[in-house]
Amino acid sequence: MVVEISFLRESPYFSNLSDEELNLVRKIVFEKVFERGELIALEGEPAGALYFIFSGAVKVFKTSSDGKEQIFSIVRPGDSFNDVPVFGGAPNPFSAGAMGPVVIYGIEKREFDKILRNNSQVALNVITVLASRVRHLTSLVEDLSFRPVFRRVARILLEYAGDGTGPIQRLTQQEMAALAGTAREVVARSLKALESRGALRMDHRRIVITDREVLKEAAGSSFGD
Amino acid sequence: MVRMPVLDLGKCNCCGLCVSVCYCNALVVINEVVTVVQTEECGWCTECEAVCPTGAISCPFDIVIEDQVR
Repeated sequence: MVVEISFLRESPYFSNLSDEELNLVRKIVFEKVFERGELIALEGEPAGALYFIFSGAVKVFKTSSDGKEQIFSIVRPGDSFNDVPVFGGAPNPFSAGAMGPVVIYGIEKREFDKILRNNSQVALNVITVLASRVRHLTSLVEDLSFRPVFRRVARILLEYAGDGTGPIQRLTQQEMAALAGTAREVVARSLKALESRGALRMDHRRIVITDREVLKEAAGSSFGD
Repeated sequence: MVRMPVLDLGKCNCCGLCVSVCYCNALVVINEVVTVVQTEECGWCTECEAVCPTGAISCPFDIVIEDQVR
């Protein structure tokens, strides 16, 4: 399938380009289709192309030394990924996998380099996109360094569990993220970390607190005093 | 009856991302409307909630203490 100009025009990389310029870009775009579970990019490997999602969802993740998958973001139609390694030249810091059937459009790095050399508007657009990535990551670093989410998630769980005698309360990961002032993906990682510490067990539709003392310790010593 | 993900049709824009990531066929599109189908196969992976761009679908967890469960 040939990519439509209207799709390219929606991308922040190609905003403010003329139809003629977009037609030139269109010629170097290739299409790839992936099924659920297929790997699109692998952590540590060179990034050969910049990808744009046409349909479906892709998870961007790292795999920890003990084999656990930690999702950093979910990429949806219209979004792009592989930006940083394509423009920076270093190997991929993340892996990317299809969460369901996915159609993506790609531009080979060497082809994108040619566009950048010949089109200053695209170069400016790349700077804008990367600046927004830096802003997002800065916020994440601040969140993780100075306002430990792990501790806030533990506190939230202790509050909602109560003493175990009242009615059972329910929370979604999205609600926990809103309460903790962070992203849903960070909450998911915090829950996995708490589970590995033995504080809780993820049991299908339940979060079972298996050791309140461990959870209190994770929440910070001032909790419950 | 199995507890299933909760869908808020007022927020749903029918993008179909949740359907595309659901591996147990608990989510389908019927007459251009996303519909939740009762199924024992739902493993509560919460990927539907994760991919939804509008927050229309949610997978609430019961927060319980071990002794409450026994």
